[in-house]
Amino acid sequence: MADFRAFLAAASLSLFAAASPARAQTPATENIQIGLSTDHVSITAGFSGADLTIFGSLENADPRVARQGRYDIVVVLEGPARPVVVRRKDRVLGIWINLESETFENVPVSYSVATTRPLQDVTDPNSYKQLSLGAANIYMQPADDGDSPATIQEFTAALRERKTATGLYSVNVGGVQFLSQNLFRATVRLAPNVPVGTHKARAFLFKSGLFIKESSAQLEIRKSGFEQSIFRVAHDFSFLYGVFAVSLAMLTGWLGRLVFRKD
Amino acid sequence: MGIYLPIAEISVNIFVLLAMGAAVGFLSGMFGVGGGFLITPLLIFYNIPPAIAVATGANQVIASSFSGALSHVKRGTLDFKLGGVLLAGGIVGSTGGIFVFGFLRRLGQLDLFISLLYVVLLGTVGGLMLVESVNALRATRSGAAPVLKKSGQHNWIHRLPLKMRFRASKLFVSVIPVLGLGAGIGFLSSIMGVGGGFIMVPALIYLLKVPTNVVIGTSLFQIIFTSAYTTLVHATTNQTVDVMLAFLLMAGGVAGAQYGAKAGQRLRGEQLRALLALLVLAVAFRLAIDLFVTPPSLYSLSGVDPT
Repeated sequence: MADFRAFLAAASLSLFAAASPARAQTPATENIQIGLSTDHVSITAGFSGADLTIFGSLENADPRVARQGRYDIVVVLEGPARPVVVRRKDRVLGIWINLESETFENVPVSYSVATTRPLQDVTDPNSYKQLSLGAANIYMQPADDGDSPATIQEFTAALRERKTATGLYSVNVGGVQFLSQNLFRATVRLAPNVPVGTHKARAFLFKSGLFIKESSAQLEIRKSGFEQSIFRVAHDFSFLYGVFAVSLAMLTGWLGRLVFRKD
Repeated sequence: MGIYLPIAEISVNIFVLLAMGAAVGFLSGMFGVGGGFLITPLLIFYNIPPAIAVATGANQVIASSFSGALSHVKRGTLDFKLGGVLLAGGIVGSTGGIFVFGFLRRLGQLDLFISLLYVVLLGTVGGLMLVESVNALRATRSGAAPVLKKSGQHNWIHRLPLKMRFRASKLFVSVIPVLGLGAGIGFLSSIMGVGGGFIMVPALIYLLKVPTNVVIGTSLFQIIFTSAYTTLVHATTNQTVDVMLAFLLMAGGVAGAQYGAKAGQRLRGEQLRALLALLVLAVAFRLAIDLFVTPPSLYSLSGVDPT
């Protein structure tokens, strides 16, 4: 039941690009487009993770470069940013206790990447850094600048490691496929605990390792269904919710006695 | 069959929860305890976040203690006045507990504190109970008459001021220890998600010398209200009560409790207590292991509370 597939429709196919007379003299720069057919996706409460497919097009592609497979595309779906506390356990008298902690501002809750080829084959680390592309290159702002760089580095690494381990940060190598010279399809993974909120989809085009163009679109992920209503009531009308929980317990206790009474 | 818990935000197996509720209900019916001290650790073992396990455990305790208290009202073995005074203390203790709960959660030490409290409390109560019941078993086997504690003997508690008469319990005692006991149980209820019957019952019998026949009913009466209050406050301040989870546990629990009560009548008191002691110790031991074993990841992430 968790299977849902949001097809984010192909954007304008650049049919006129090939017919353009100007192309013969100076090759026009390539352009990349991703289009979303919908601005929101609803996931049900039983959602256990899924693949999200994004279609996009490559305009003014040079057929020669395309044939040699030297166009690379990296698609990122980045979740809303929130502050996060990272805690480290240390052994005190044999017991593992949370001791050190570091708070980071505005960490993307999720970060799913799809690429045509392994990231290290697409371009060099410096370009990634300049584009702040990839989970390893997102800048995480510590709330307390006074901490030593070594500590901050350690906790930043731990933050990335935990996010990857829980599936919130993922890389799908080969997740972007060319369907034709101009049309591509990107499959990014949504973790079961994908956060609700505004997600930003971005596509980066590289030609022979050089960054050419970027295109982005926004997507709202919402939860729907009965369980979500409970969650909302618990947060918005928490006192009434508590009264309901207590009444339900008393009713169950009373009914249980009526039904199963043995004395 | 999987079901998604709206507050815990994880998918769980519906039958595992029903069975868990039924098993704990059976044991609680058999031993005459609420079962909160078993439910909360079991939920933690089942990967429910401790904060939610505690608040939901308190919610589940209401159902079992309400159903138990009803039969005591019918039999007239419930001292409303004593229960009321215990409750007054309970509300104060519970409020304090909720405050400590939220504070520890912000510090990131809540999970540790819950586990430690469980290990210490269950270890102590289980150990004492085991020693007592093994001695009793040995005494009956050797044919000696069980040594009864001399009743009517007054200890320091009976010398405290502000005395009050509790007619149903045939008791004339200071309200200070009664309020204190209620407050202590209320505190544990909000931090551990337990009703506290496993502490309340021996305390009422041995410390306040309340007649055994009114102890369980009165303890259940006070537990209903303390855990109802705890549930309400957890729901409003921490939003950690999961009704879906609580309902599944209750449904299994009330059914199991009635069968457990019947099964309990066939076992002798000392045997029952020895079994319960072993169970309590096993839970404490399992929780203790988790404190000492190196966790799979030393790092953990959590959101920042808006407060």
